[in-house]
Amino acid sequence: MEKGSFEVKVGLAEMLKGGVIMDVTNAEQAKIAEDAGAVSVMALERIPADIRADGGIARMSSPQVIKEIQETVSIPVMAKCRIGHFAEAQVLESLSVDFIDESEVLTPADEHNHIDKHASKVPFVCGCRDLGEALRRIGEGAAMIRTKGEAGSGNIVEAVRHMRQVQKDIKLLTVLGDDELMAKSKDLGAPYSLVKQVGKLGKLPVPNFAAGGIATPADASLMMQLGAESVFVGSGIFKSEDPPVRAKAIVASVTYYNDPAKLAEVSYDLQKAMKGLDMAEIPEGERLQERGW
Amino acid sequence: MKRIGVLGLQGAYAKHLAILQQLDVQAVDVRKGEDLEKCHGLIIPGGESTTMTKLINEIDMHDALLKFSVDRPVFGTCAGMILMATKVDDDRVETLNLLDIEVERNAYGRQIDSFIDELDVTTNGHPFSMRGIFIRAPRIKNIGDEVEVLASVNGEPVLVQQGHHMAAAFHPELTGETRIHNYFSTLKGEMSLA
Repeated sequence: MEKGSFEVKVGLAEMLKGGVIMDVTNAEQAKIAEDAGAVSVMALERIPADIRADGGIARMSSPQVIKEIQETVSIPVMAKCRIGHFAEAQVLESLSVDFIDESEVLTPADEHNHIDKHASKVPFVCGCRDLGEALRRIGEGAAMIRTKGEAGSGNIVEAVRHMRQVQKDIKLLTVLGDDELMAKSKDLGAPYSLVKQVGKLGKLPVPNFAAGGIATPADASLMMQLGAESVFVGSGIFKSEDPPVRAKAIVASVTYYNDPAKLAEVSYDLQKAMKGLDMAEIPEGERLQERGW
Repeated sequence: MKRIGVLGLQGAYAKHLAILQQLDVQAVDVRKGEDLEKCHGLIIPGGESTTMTKLINEIDMHDALLKFSVDRPVFGTCAGMILMATKVDDDRVETLNLLDIEVERNAYGRQIDSFIDELDVTTNGHPFSMRGIFIRAPRIKNIGDEVEVLASVNGEPVLVQQGHHMAAAFHPELTGETRIHNYFSTLKGEMSLA
């Protein structure tokens, strides 16, 4: 019997496709998320909009909160650890979380090295802004990729930028000749074997989800139409005026992303979305997406 | 050509469609009750059974699925199997009662206990081996008298059939395996479509 292999890890990522993974900070929010139809919840100490507002060091959630969430919901429970903080990841593995997000939303612990994700039996998801970053993380063992967007901004523009970039980079690989792939691998800073594989497949070898700025059903539809296979919603739900209704609407919008009439229908009863930030209000150097490489 | 639908509300539907495309059938993405009308059979994929329950209710598809299943074959994998059971240990999931089995959700543990194991399968009297991948898998705790066991792990059924319906606790769509889908495509309901 084989456990914790890459194939088993990617298997869970496959099951989450076409679903919504919601950020939650306690069991009560996790229950709201599950009742709304979330495929998974992501446990974190504070939601990204609050991390941005409050400042300070953002760390892994407390084991007690994670346990409470695990006891409350039946869907997979994910949790975030800091970039490079393999000790936090080990703690999360000992708690049997279903997926670990090595996340730029938390304060990085290592400015040079990401976690060796092959070493864990639990699957990892990591953020990226382009194909090179995605393939570096997959090379380290990530079983799922999400484009970073700008967490806690309520602004979809960065998520779109990153998803478009990844898709454009992939398209290019499919038309390059074998004799051009090594040079491309050098440009991307990505493992040659993965560059070759993506060129052949025309897609990432693991599921590719979108995150960072999704606040409305139409935002979720936009990301799905741009090629995301699922979405993560962080602040967008619990910073809105109507978390349960909005959560349910975003779940439906991922299934019916190609059906504008259905999107209008699920958006009908929504109250105000989170206020959100223009990117000009977030100076360079304070953007969460710049964390990690 | 036979048309087999895959319920595309959530989960591994794209993987099932990809396997069906390797067979001599037409694969159909089913997201609404009316999509069922053109299908000869239906696969309910793995994913989250709580999410699928909510989406099925959201679009009032429950009755359409029940009506479809009377004379046409349905195959559920993992969460799909849970939705087909007569009994499940969790009231968050509303089942279709298509197979006389009792199931327990996530019975093998969390993701860290997900596994791949070698399976001995028998279909139409022909035995073969294949790799079975179990992801936070449900366990079949009890089966009715009319349920036939096509594969077991440690004495517990993991692939079952009753009449024109079948269900798997594992994911044949994730290992590039076509034999299980091929077998399902040969099952005949009472209805014959041109």
